Amino acid sequence: MQAFKNGVLSEGAFSAREIASGLSRSRRDFLRGALGMALGTALVSASPFVRAESARKRRKVIVITFGGGARDQETFAPEGQENIPHLISELAPQSSFFTHVTNQGILGHYVATASLTTGVYETLNNFSAVPPDHPTVFEYFRKDLRRPASDAWVVAPSNGFNRIGESNSRFYGPGTGAAVILPKHLLSATKPGALNDLDHLLRDNYENPMYTPQLAGNEFEIQQLEMILRLSVEDFVAHARTLSSPDELSVYIAKRLMQQESPSLLWITMHDIDVAHSGAYSLYIDGIRRTDRLCAELWNTVQNEPDYAGNTTMFILPDFGRDSDYDAGGNGFQHHRTGDAASRTTWMMALGAGVRQGVVYDEPMQSIDLVPSLGAMLGFTAAQSQGKPVKEFL
Amino acid sequence: MQPRDLKSEQFSGYPPEARQLVADHLDALRELPLSFVPGLLREAIEYDFKFPVERGAIERELKTLSELSPEQRREWFQSFNEFSLSPQLERFDWVNLPAQFTEQLSAYLWSTHQLDAYRHTASAYGVRIQSSVVPEPLPMPRLGIAVIGQGVTTYDRALFMNLRKRGTHFNQVKPENGLEMLLAAIAARAQKYPQPYRHWYVDGGKEAEHSAALTCVSYGAMERVREALLKNMQAQIQQPGMGPEELRTHLARLTPSDLGMKDAADQVLSRFQLKVLTEGSGTQIFSTSFAQWTAREALRRAEPLTLMVRFAPRQRQRPMNELLSDTRSGVEVDPVGSLVDADMAAYYHWINQQRLAGYDRSAFLVWFEGQSEALAIGPTLPRGTSSSSEVDLSHLLALTLG
Repeated sequence: MQAFKNGVLSEGAFSAREIASGLSRSRRDFLRGALGMALGTALVSASPFVRAESARKRRKVIVITFGGGARDQETFAPEGQENIPHLISELAPQSSFFTHVTNQGILGHYVATASLTTGVYETLNNFSAVPPDHPTVFEYFRKDLRRPASDAWVVAPSNGFNRIGESNSRFYGPGTGAAVILPKHLLSATKPGALNDLDHLLRDNYENPMYTPQLAGNEFEIQQLEMILRLSVEDFVAHARTLSSPDELSVYIAKRLMQQESPSLLWITMHDIDVAHSGAYSLYIDGIRRTDRLCAELWNTVQNEPDYAGNTTMFILPDFGRDSDYDAGGNGFQHHRTGDAASRTTWMMALGAGVRQGVVYDEPMQSIDLVPSLGAMLGFTAAQSQGKPVKEFL
Repeated sequence: MQPRDLKSEQFSGYPPEARQLVADHLDALRELPLSFVPGLLREAIEYDFKFPVERGAIERELKTLSELSPEQRREWFQSFNEFSLSPQLERFDWVNLPAQFTEQLSAYLWSTHQLDAYRHTASAYGVRIQSSVVPEPLPMPRLGIAVIGQGVTTYDRALFMNLRKRGTHFNQVKPENGLEMLLAAIAARAQKYPQPYRHWYVDGGKEAEHSAALTCVSYGAMERVREALLKNMQAQIQQPGMGPEELRTHLARLTPSDLGMKDAADQVLSRFQLKVLTEGSGTQIFSTSFAQWTAREALRRAEPLTLMVRFAPRQRQRPMNELLSDTRSGVEVDPVGSLVDADMAAYYHWINQQRLAGYDRSAFLVWFEGQSEALAIGPTLPRGTSSSSEVDLSHLLALTLG
């Protein structure tokens, strides 16, 4: 059968597990060799994460998803490192780097990011504006630690992410999670129909470019620009005119949020890279380079903001990878449809407060382990998460 | 409904040859699991519009399945029988809408964490089917040619990096009349072994003058069809209740005449072109994506002996809604970005060629159009080396083929 024949030559001589381990090893060997980072399993002392109650109250966490979907060969593999100079030269040496993160869930951006926030492999329709089925990290954080709504925020790329701030769990749910800012939605709401020169910032869904879900949920409204971000519509639009991509707009809003609200839990989802779905390799590479630069920009902001400097832990991780060049069921970098090892195996970088610098951990972990790990660090229990806290954070 | 309940009259909506093909093998289909049969019907329903190579493959597969003993059938399909399917899938009209069924099956397998096991099972089946057929020797070594970089006069970064370890890098190529030499060479191959759909020329822009013996597909010639498709998509998206899955279903049902394809005399090629535009991602807006996907699908489906792909500059990136709504020619192009796209596409061309029978004798040439750089991969050429020999494209092609 033609469809099955496509898959026949894809596996080659290696199993998915071997390929995933190989990807992990190559990241580890590079980071240890070129950057002189230590192997985490060789360190036997206790976790560096400070858990004194007073420290916890001041602790801030920023999670950046390096999305949507980047492969090793365009990032941490030798031939890809030129695309991520900031991650390689500036951030990795200061980080604890986890070389082997797998995502066993559905590889759609919304459902995968929702899974990252809940610690459960969600099965919702990737293209529907529905909330996750399980409580999100924002709900655990706010309820267990009695934090106000202003202390947890999400900045997300497209309208499809507007329900990611809180679940429909009956023990949590509406009003108990994070507010979601959709910068592109804000921009288009400023002057409907009169932003022709800003269309490049309004690109929405690269996988189904003509589909834009209707908004419904706890999203940030235009009236709150001035009230919360202390930003006039005119200044917002004027600054937007200086930017070149939706992720740049997201980072601009995230920085403004840090300055005005200084949330303790901030989640930023990048998406420019997903232009790869158009099949133009050069645009995919441009997206990776831009995301690399924006991650460093956010890290520098952390260092320069008094509320964040010295007490912030930042996590950077892709939501997942993309298909391998050699899987005949896919078309290489263009999509993430095969579920092969290259599309499921990624990495995670942790930087900042309490993090051992220059350490490489190559124990396999899953992307759903992030939420319980954040719980271990911040002092909440991710009761319904199916992940396990990463032991380096315990 | 389960396959065991199949009746020949249920296939009355199939095109005539597909209907007969299924009727001839209905007994075998009734014995197979639901997790498998719609995938086979997805191919069979298109039988009338498939390339000769594809038709032969479906016929052989059905014949093999019909000849399995009950014990063999049990062994071959035991793993397929173990997948749990939803009642909705069982109720679905998978006889008439097998492609839509397989999409829904895929979504269901993802959501129930059965996808990896299904991939494994399907791959194992594919190996079995392939190993049951002894491939006939090719009448000539397969040849792939990629011509990249049109419109770029200088480029100071290294090209062909993914392919260099596989072949010889030539840096003193004489570019004069290169395109004409390549087109003449592939025309000669087509005349030597004149089999239908076995010698292709794909152009990401306006096609150059070429032999009528070649099967030609070009982005330029598809301009009106692309425009009609984008208008059709825009109209559909405005319909209430329209989402990505509904749009995909709508696109899958389009026929060449829906988009005003005049050249319907060749139904097989028209359907192929339509599928490139409706199933490919980015093929409607970027000429580089169009050329890459056309090459990929031509290799996968028609298994050509000769495939030359010439890339042209794609339009510069613009907001997605503008790209989708504005199909005017003459928009600003991005030659350097297109060169990077095409360099990767050439690598994919080679990979896809290597998936086919006779890969150990096949040859591949990628040339930076109008420039002195090329890379050649052939059975007698050294790998991972460079050559400063002055050669024209005709000579280089001869070296590539050995």
